[in-house]
Order: sequence, then structure tokens, then C-alpha cells
Amino acid sequence: MAQKAIREYDAKKLLERHLRRCSGGRIGYEGRSVLVTSGLGLEESADDNSWLKTSRLVVKPDQLFGKRGKNGLVFADVGFEEAVAWIDGHLGREVAIHREFDPQGNPADAGVTGTLTHFIVEPLVAHAPDQEYYLAFTGHRRGDMVLFSKAGGVEVESTKNGLTSIDVPIGADADTLDLKTLLSGQVEGVALKALVELLRACFACYVELHFGFLEFNPLVVTDREIIPVDVKARLDDSAAFLCEELWGPLDFPPPFGRARTKEEAYIEALDERSGASLKLTILNPRGRVWTMVAGGGASVIYADTVVDLGYMDELADYGEYSGDPSTAETREYARTILDLMTRERVEGGKVLIIGGGIANFTDVATTFEGIIEALEEYAARLKENNIRIYVRRGGPNYVQGLARMREAAERLGLDMQIHGPEMHMTAVVKEALDSLPKEVD
Amino acid sequence: MAARPDYTLFDRDTTAIIFGNQQRAAQRMLDFDYLSGRKMPSVACVVDPSGPRRGNMQVFFGRKEILLPMCNSLAQAARDHPESDVVINFASFRSAHDVSVEALQTPTVRTLAIIAEGVPERQTRQLIALKDVLGKWIIGPATVGAIAAGAFKIGNAGGAISNLLMSKLYRAGSVGCVSKSGGMLNEMAHMISLNSNGLLEGVATGGDTYPGSTLLEHLLRYEANPEIKFMVVLGEVGGSEEYAIADALRRGTLTKPVVAWVTGTCLKAFPSEVQFGHAGAMVKGASETADAKNTALREAGAVVPDSYNDFGEKIRAVYDDLKRRGDIVEGPEPPVPVMPAEYLPGTMRKPTNVTCTISDDSGEELLYAGVPISTVINEGYTLGEVICLLWFKKRLPRYAADFLDLALKITADHGPCVSAAHNAIVTARAGKDLTAAVASGVLTIGPRFGGALDGAARRFKEALDRGLSPRQFVDEMKEKGENIPGIGHMIKSVQNPDMRVTLLKEWAAANLPKHDLLDFALEVEKLTTAKKNTLILNVDGCLGVLFVDILLSTGAYTVEEFDEVIDIGTLNGIFVLGRTIGMIGHFLDQKRLGTGLYRHPTADVLYMLPRDSRPA
Repeated sequence: MAQKAIREYDAKKLLERHLRRCSGGRIGYEGRSVLVTSGLGLEESADDNSWLKTSRLVVKPDQLFGKRGKNGLVFADVGFEEAVAWIDGHLGREVAIHREFDPQGNPADAGVTGTLTHFIVEPLVAHAPDQEYYLAFTGHRRGDMVLFSKAGGVEVESTKNGLTSIDVPIGADADTLDLKTLLSGQVEGVALKALVELLRACFACYVELHFGFLEFNPLVVTDREIIPVDVKARLDDSAAFLCEELWGPLDFPPPFGRARTKEEAYIEALDERSGASLKLTILNPRGRVWTMVAGGGASVIYADTVVDLGYMDELADYGEYSGDPSTAETREYARTILDLMTRERVEGGKVLIIGGGIANFTDVATTFEGIIEALEEYAARLKENNIRIYVRRGGPNYVQGLARMREAAERLGLDMQIHGPEMHMTAVVKEALDSLPKEVD
Repeated sequence: MAARPDYTLFDRDTTAIIFGNQQRAAQRMLDFDYLSGRKMPSVACVVDPSGPRRGNMQVFFGRKEILLPMCNSLAQAARDHPESDVVINFASFRSAHDVSVEALQTPTVRTLAIIAEGVPERQTRQLIALKDVLGKWIIGPATVGAIAAGAFKIGNAGGAISNLLMSKLYRAGSVGCVSKSGGMLNEMAHMISLNSNGLLEGVATGGDTYPGSTLLEHLLRYEANPEIKFMVVLGEVGGSEEYAIADALRRGTLTKPVVAWVTGTCLKAFPSEVQFGHAGAMVKGASETADAKNTALREAGAVVPDSYNDFGEKIRAVYDDLKRRGDIVEGPEPPVPVMPAEYLPGTMRKPTNVTCTISDDSGEELLYAGVPISTVINEGYTLGEVICLLWFKKRLPRYAADFLDLALKITADHGPCVSAAHNAIVTARAGKDLTAAVASGVLTIGPRFGGALDGAARRFKEALDRGLSPRQFVDEMKEKGENIPGIGHMIKSVQNPDMRVTLLKEWAAANLPKHDLLDFALEVEKLTTAKKNTLILNVDGCLGVLFVDILLSTGAYTVEEFDEVIDIGTLNGIFVLGRTIGMIGHFLDQKRLGTGLYRHPTADVLYMLPRDSRPA
């Protein structure tokens, strides 16, 4: 539950569906774009999108990363066959995406590596550089903000070049936006009127569809039309229950460089069906330090401590369970982690930290029961893999929960150290890490 | 109650309305109350929106089992408990916003805690705008709440009894703590108790991007609270609240020592974006990283540890320093409260299966609604007064008790031909015993016979409350095609009035200062008898409306309590009880007469069977 990025394609389709309504029918944005996952997909799309074969095209990956031009991943002003070939040539390719570049245009950071899978294809919008604008909508605690700049282009976010902004209090109607201040001296003539209408309609969309962020960079404004060439957007996914119809079917893809694993998808599905919270992100499946921590706050502190103690490369996962999950939910969560960590044997073994603070209402006995069931199932594999388990937990029924865990450790012959709230919350991390041999190949 | 200073959201007199059927949370609050030595439970009322209009929740207050009032609307709860200025909103993310708006707009409510995780951000921001206009406090969403040591706690904050004891939350210390994470609130309270004289107040503002109140807003309260000597902050990666704290430190609006740590330092080591458990823990730019915020706080003068591991030591260092300077003087430690054995982990408190609130035979002397039987006898309670104790749980004015006496006398019998007496006679003559005879008679009492008291009372009162004229009322009932309960008699008419009704009317004129509903009913009778002379106000109707006049005139009932009296069928009790006297009489009469089995004469039955339709 948070603001989540959506694909450029989905953002444009949302605008296409709603801008007309939000502008009282005055704006008709056609949103010509297709999303494909192969060259063949593009060929199939051509039946319903005749413009694909009649226009010059732009092809870009659509996987939630920016700076596509600087990363050499925008293929512009090409014909249909070229686009198909380009997509097939890039599909499945592993690339490093950089965010920082030096003035010569060379990458200035390590980059994030991931695989290209999704491409957006659109008609080329011929325009002059001075027709590029920047427009964004974003929220803060007391209201929303509309940002505008005459100088659109890739650098505007960082340079704040010519950026003007207006603050809009929560609940304000789109018609009350002080666009004079925002646009003063930046746009004139025919474009101004059209831009004002577009801004109002976009703001209404932004509010009604529960966008957390909506950015056009650039927005091309000519005398004839206004076209969002590049759109970046985040939706507040906690509003899904309000926006089911407005959004339609929508995908919240994982950030680039982190394809959602089968196990992550499984926990995500579990989380969606549950009133409790279950989260799992695999950071490094070969890492030797695995965590299964209760609580959204405590889990971050456990990860901090692992990193502080110099084991960032060994940290296998980030996750948390909280909100009093049932025994069955905790068992499934634990099984998933135990399964992942017992797939590959390493010299010196691995550690699992079953951590947590002092719970408010999560029943420690009940949740530990689920973990014990998973331990029973994986006991043999845990021993084969030389896995040591370190437990620290407090909260309702913790005495009982810890006692059962001790009993299970004994019965199953597992190497476990079990602590209650008498131990500092993160001291158990050091205890666990100290058991790992320092050098491994 | 003395007004609380602005910086105090909760004290030992604070009571809350819980929205949501949260038995466990309510019980945890009461356990805390008991440990803290509160005289009164901190939960005034529980709202279960899908529950009945009125109800009770069985909970323990110490050893004692008590009933917390329940109702099904926040408005009702606030009307019943105007002294409660805290609402704990347990509604799900779907309805959390709407319930919160209602809570904020309730004038008696000052502080609202929103527990749900997943409230849409725009909705939360609307709530923030609303509470700003109204000058109220929101804690949450996505939080466990807050705890004021030894005074009050919200819902599940503070955790189980074992933790309340371990972290000494049953008595006030000198530290004000604020954390984003609700789960970490206990952990912080524990750490603080290990390294100082403990918590005075702790708030978890919640893991959302836009919390209803910010870390700084609570710190400013702590700054103003003379009981709080220093503050502990647990921040989180994402957002810029910690910079506001740094600013306040620099500007001198925060002068008390602040020990702070921002979690999420690991994020820099992660290869790509990871969404932490909290929605708000998302970085938008370099300034929102944990490292940047820890540095800013340190530079502004906060005491910032090198890692979470040293947090406790830093708290101890600040505490020791304040002690050395004499700012904190440790008093004698109060004795650790002893919990009843059944509260200990592993043992269960077993709620009773039956609740009784009218009489008690478990003590030395039998009690009727708290009045010892000796008092009832020695002080000469009338039968009507005993009925008041056992039916209404209170002593009503003498004229109300007298009316009950009168009603019983008037309804005691009405001859052998009415259905109850007839059934009792037939049963007696079948050789059955007294209880069977009375039971068979009682079972005939209902909407057509003797049971119209409730209906009459309800219909007439509703018409009067709605301001209908007698004419409008009659027309409306006609339109609905319903008979007016309490109007009409088989035999009696305008020309042949029912003496019982006449007596009741005379009694009312002599004893009641005011009888609006009776007057209204008599106006209605004028209209109905103009149509047909048997459509008189009958004895059921007269008793029903008079009963309403009397109960309302005592002032002992609110409108809602009164509605409940009618809804649960109290009025028909008068007829059932009164007529039982007569039915016992008829049973005894038949036994003395030695009558044989009753068989209805064949001649008195009209036999009308269908013709045999089989082919000849």
C-alpha cells in the first residue's frame, strides 16, 4: 500500500480514457500508443492501429526507468519494419540503466541491470525544441503542486530551469487553479488557451484517479495540438478500492532490475488476500543472511544492522510480517523463505534471523506455531545446509511462543538460539553474523 | 472535569469511544487501566456499526466482570458520552475516512486515532485539512496509537500485560517518545525503561506518507509539558519530517534534549528500489535518505547514535546527565501492581455465560436492583414498586408504582369467555395442573388479545412525536390499511362504555399533572367512534398510552431508553402479569367445581367439507 509507478503506456491510456470527461468534452487526447513484448506483438497490433504503418514511429522500453535517451534506448523516426526489428533485437537483452551522467554524456553511476521486456511504440511528434514544455502534478501534506516550465527536456527536474509552481489546497476545484501565475509570460497566443484547458483537465484527472505523481516531460505544445510525449506517473494503490472502474485493468510492475520472482509473487498474493501484512523482496538469492522479521518498522532496523555490520552483500532478503497473521499465513511465509535458503549449499552454512520487536497485538505463540510447522517440514534440509537460526521476539504470549520454539529446536535437532525481549532487539543480528565464517569463495 | 492543557491529549480521566467491535483492544485498555490504578475504565463505549442499536460488551476490569455499553452509531455514542474526547477508529481502510470525518466533526471529540493501514493518501490529506480547520488531533492512519504511562492508552498500544509490567508503563516517567512505526513503540518504551525512569508519553504517528500528526507536532507538545524532561524520536527513511525537527532545534522552539535515530540506513546498499513495509518509507531524492536526516539532526543538536544498537546508551547518557544536573529527581519506585493470577500468560480469563443485572442472590441478602429484600419489606414497598425494581431497575415515583398496582387490578380478569381464561378452563378440565392451565392461557395473549399495549403505545407516541394531528394519524393508518392498536372492542361501545377505561381516565385526571398521549388518543377516539361506535379506546390502548405518559413524566428516562422499554415488550408484561391472577383463579375454580373434560358441542360447529371428488 503506497504510491506505485505505472507504465507510461498505462498512464497515457488513463489520460485517453478520462481527459475528455474531465474537460467537459473539450479535450480529445487520442493517446496513440501500443505496448508490446515482441516484434510479433507489434505486427499484431497493426490491425487495430493503422497509424503504426502510416506514421514515422518512436520505440522506447516501458519499464519504469527514465533517462531512456541518454541510456541509448530511444529509437526514433523509424518505419514499422525497423521498429519490429529493433524490438526483437532488444527484447530479452540485459542492459545497465544509469541515472547520473557527466557533462559529456557518459554514465556517472554503477547503474541498475535488468532485462528489457516491454516496449511502447508511438507516432513521432515532429516539433521544434522550443515547443517542449515541462508539466507536473505532485502532492504534499497540505495540498498539491502544479509545476510548469517553458524549458522542457530531460534536465528540467535537476536544473529547475525556469520552473514555476503553484500550490493548490486540498479539495480545491480544478477551475480555481491560479494558472495565470503558473503560465505568466511563458506561453502566449493560441497555445495558451488550449494549455489552460489541458492543465485543468489533467489536474482533475490527477485528483480523481488518485495519482501520487504525474509528469509530462516534455509536453509538446504547437499551434495545432498538445501532445504528452513522455509521461511518468505513480498511482496511490491504496485507492484501488475507490478506482476499480476508473483505472480498469492495471499492472503495477516491479521496479526495473528486479523482476518479481515466483516467491515474491506468491507472498504478494498472500498479502492481498490477508488483513495482515506479508512482504518479501529477494535482494540476493545467494546471500547467506536471511531474515524473517515481524513489523514494518523493526524489519528496516534489522536490515540496517546487517548492513552496518558489513554484510550488505550477504543480505538475501527484505521482508516483514505484521498485523497478527494467522498460523497458516505465517507458515506459508516461513516455508517460502526456508525453501529459498535451502536451495544451494554453501561452505560454512547460512543464518536465518527470526527477529522482531515487542509486538502490540500480533500473537507470538500463534505466529511462531506457523513458523514451527514450516521448520518441521524443512528440518532435514535445514540441517543439510548447515543453517543456524537466531530468534528474538517479544509481545503477547511470547513466553509460550519462545518455549514452543525451544521445544521444536530440541525435537528437530536444529541449531537455534532463542531470545526474548531481555536481549536488545538487534543484538541477535551480531550473534548470527558472528557465526558465519569470514571468508567464503 | 478540569480542562486538559493543550499539551495533554490523555490523562487519568480520559475516556474513549472505540469504533469497531474490538473486544480484545477494549480488554487490553481495561487491563492497562487496572494496572495503572484508574478508578474508571478508559473505554466509555464501543460502537459496532453492524450491531444492534443497543448492547453490551462483557469485559474484565481487574477481577470484576463489567459491561461496556455498545451502540451502532458514533453519533449515539457521542451523545451518550459527551465527556469522552477520544475516538479510536478501527474501521477498515474502506470506511476509515468517512468514520473519521464524522468523528472530527463531533464537537465533543478532540483526538482521533485511525488504526487502518491503506487509507488512500488523498483521503488522509482531506482529513488533515479538516482537523486543521477544527483544531483537533489525528494520530495515524496505519498506527497502533499512543500510550500515556499510568494514565491512558489507545487500543493495542503497549501490548500485552507482561510488556506493560516489564516496561513499567503503569506509572509515569520523564520521557516523551514519538515514533513513526507502531510496532516499534513498545520496543522503544522498553528501551527507554531500561535506560531511564521510563516513558511519560509515547505516540506512533504511523507508517503512511501523510500522517495525521507529525513527529514534530508531538515533540512540541512534549516541549510544553513540564513533566517531560527529554524526548526520544525514532524517524524513518522517506519524507522530510526530521528536517522540521532539526529546524525547531536550531530555532530554539525545542529546547529539551532530543535523542533521535532515523532508520533505513540500509537502503543505500540495495541494488534497486525496495518498498519497505511502510508506505511512507520511500525516498524521493537524496535529502530523504536516513543518513542525510541523521546528519541533519546531529548538526542541529540532537543526540544521534551511530546505529540503532547504541540508541539505548545515548538515552541513558542524556538521562544520567539530566539527573546529575538535578533536572530529574528519581522518586521512590511505586510497588509493581499485582495482577490477579488469571491474568498471567497461559491462563485464561473465562467470561461468564450469563449476565444478570436485576437481582442478586449471591450475597448475604437477596437484592432487587441493589435494594435488600429487608428494605423492600420493612419500608413497605408496594407490589408496583417491586415491579419497578425488577422491570425497570430503578425506583420510580410513587404515582408510577400506584399506576402499576391499578393496572394489575384492572387487568386481573375479564370473565371466563375471553381466550386466556377459556384456554385455562379447558386445560384445567383436561386434568392438567396449574402451570399447564396458566401456560395455555398465557399463550393466547398477543396482537389480537391483550397484547396491544406495546403497539398502542408505539403507534400513538410515534404519531405525537411526528406532530401528526389526530385526523392525519387516522387517515395515515387507513391508507396503510392497518387497524389502530388499542382502538376497538368486540362488545363495548360509546353507548356501553368500558368501566375499566373510565376508571383509568379518572385516575389519570386525578393523579397525573399532564397526560398528552392520553389526550391525543381520546381525540383519535372521537374520530374513530364517529365512524363506528365500537371503535373506542379500549383498555389495552388506554393502559399503553397512560404508561407512556407516566414514564415520560418521571423524567427517569431519555427518549432512547424509553424506546427501548417499548421495543423489548415491557408493556405487554402488565397484561400478562395481571391476567395471570385471573387464570389461576379460573383454574382453582374449575378444580373446586370438579368439572370434567370439556368437549365442544358438535351442534356448535358448522361442518363444511369439500365434496368427495373421486370419480363415482
